[in-house]
Amino acid sequence: MTTTPLTEGRAGTRVVRREALHFAVRNGKLVTGLGLVLVLLLTGLLGPLVLGVAAPNEYVAAPMLPPSAEHWFGTTTFGQDVFTQFVYGLRTTFAAGALGGGIAAVIAMVVGFTAGYRGGLVDEALNMLTNVVLVIPTLAVLLIINAYLGIRSVAVQALFIGLTSWPWAARAIRAQTFSLRGRDFVDLARLSGLSTPRIIAREIAPNMSSYLFMTFILLFGGSVLIASSLDFIGLGPTEGVSLGLMLQNATQWSALQLGLWWWFVPPGLAITAIVGALYVANVGLDEVFNPKLRIT
Amino acid sequence: MRHYFGRKLLVYALTFVVAVTVNWMIPRFMPGDPVAGMLARTGVSQPAAVEAMRVYYTDLFGFDRPLWEQYAGFWATLLRGDFGISIWLFPTPVSTVILRAVPYTLALMIPAVLLSWWAGNRLGAYAARRRLLDNTVLPVGYVLTAMPYMWLAVLLAWGLGVVAGWFPVAGGYAFSLQPALTGEFLLSLLHHWVLPFLSLFLVALGGWAIGMRNMIIYELESDYATYLAALGAPSRLIRRYAFRNAVLPQITGLALQLGVLVAGALVTEIVFSYPGLGSLILKAIQNQDFFLLQGTFMFIVVGVLVANFVIDLVYVVVDPRTRAGMAGAQA
Repeated sequence: MTTTPLTEGRAGTRVVRREALHFAVRNGKLVTGLGLVLVLLLTGLLGPLVLGVAAPNEYVAAPMLPPSAEHWFGTTTFGQDVFTQFVYGLRTTFAAGALGGGIAAVIAMVVGFTAGYRGGLVDEALNMLTNVVLVIPTLAVLLIINAYLGIRSVAVQALFIGLTSWPWAARAIRAQTFSLRGRDFVDLARLSGLSTPRIIAREIAPNMSSYLFMTFILLFGGSVLIASSLDFIGLGPTEGVSLGLMLQNATQWSALQLGLWWWFVPPGLAITAIVGALYVANVGLDEVFNPKLRIT
Repeated sequence: MRHYFGRKLLVYALTFVVAVTVNWMIPRFMPGDPVAGMLARTGVSQPAAVEAMRVYYTDLFGFDRPLWEQYAGFWATLLRGDFGISIWLFPTPVSTVILRAVPYTLALMIPAVLLSWWAGNRLGAYAARRRLLDNTVLPVGYVLTAMPYMWLAVLLAWGLGVVAGWFPVAGGYAFSLQPALTGEFLLSLLHHWVLPFLSLFLVALGGWAIGMRNMIIYELESDYATYLAALGAPSRLIRRYAFRNAVLPQITGLALQLGVLVAGALVTEIVFSYPGLGSLILKAIQNQDFFLLQGTFMFIVVGVLVANFVIDLVYVVVDPRTRAGMAGAQA
């Protein structure tokens, strides 16, 4: 019996996937990086449930207590529990990263695929747009928008981060699309009468899926950093808590001068750990998907 | 070359127009009435005074005129260098307030950016050569580049400032001094400059080192490196060629990173209450001083555009392909 091309293709992708998984679980960088991110994510997701605390900003104990068995990360100048804030802050930070990075990735893909596949005038126009957004200092724009827009929620913050941080990714995706669009299998798909969106979705995107995933990871890390900067300047969400807000509160209420290191060390460390682990995982992913890099 | 510069300048001009338009649009199209908001914030209760202020602000924004006229008027005042009057430091003009802060930001940013770029490239190039060095530079680089700027600033301020007591942690100079051209003042200035500089320098350093290391390794695998090695060229020579080629994307990277670097400088200044643009922005936000905020925004945009153009000029000097009109850096 002969197999149809369709099932053969499926089996092929399965083999590729199994091979990727084989190298993925043996890649120290990827496992460590993703593991660290997962631990922090789970802390953020499950922590509030386990703690059973309603509000992270409640005053629960004497002020300025150092870390102890009861208050793992000590308390603030107001007697808020730093660990509770930390756990809730992780949630907010992950949400800002995922939303901001996700929105940026979607815009980058739309712009990159369209510019790279269509070429010509469309490419020129989109390229110009990309360059303009690329040159504008993102944080300055976000400052203006957030300052005037009185409503400050994580969603709005993430939306504007996404709207301003896509250009480098769009450029990279455009370049990749450009090199794929002249290949035989894309020509074949065009000859068979597939529509442009379908060609992009079925033929081009799958062939750079690993690349797209890595781009998303970098955008995610970037969003976390931008969101924490905004929070620190005082343009964070007006309700709730985030790691950046914790840093802002700590410096504003002189945790430095009072020596309350347990207030400002954990949030910064967590941001560094999340972003750093994502970067390291990204290098690991690169080695998994790119056989040339495996033996180093 | 003319094509290269023409394209670049077109992008910068467009960016400037977009920035000005955003600056003009946001107070007008955001939900809510900016004039009512500002009146509420001043906390004046006398009806006559409130009415006078309403007339003043409405006139200032030109809300009673058609939109296109408002837009044209906005450009006219902007090109005259008139950014309005600061509310926080009433009645100082915004441009004066900003010009007072700009030297501090530049004195912090320019050395930090250039030195970290230079040192990062050196470090990355060394790391690509030695395994032992690579195993330390790479992890440290990743940690540094993943750090939020303000956190390293806070750590340095706490460790070297509060605990060790080596450096002051707030202000641009000692509070007891007045700005003057005396040795004492300059020393104090330098003393207050060290920590913010160091934290900016360190965070930026990591990214450049990693970038350079990866580029060098990539270049050493290229055909010309293999060919030179086959000819028996000394490896120092090959590395030098690799370094020169690897510097080009790093220059482009510098242009791309400008926005991030500016953001880093702003939050670092806030940590150290350094009297630059960052602290100004914080004050503007806290005091709802939108004129000051918008003026600072325009200033940062223009600064970044100028820096981009300078980098383009450097690129033309460094990369002969742009001069020959071949495909060099993409516009």
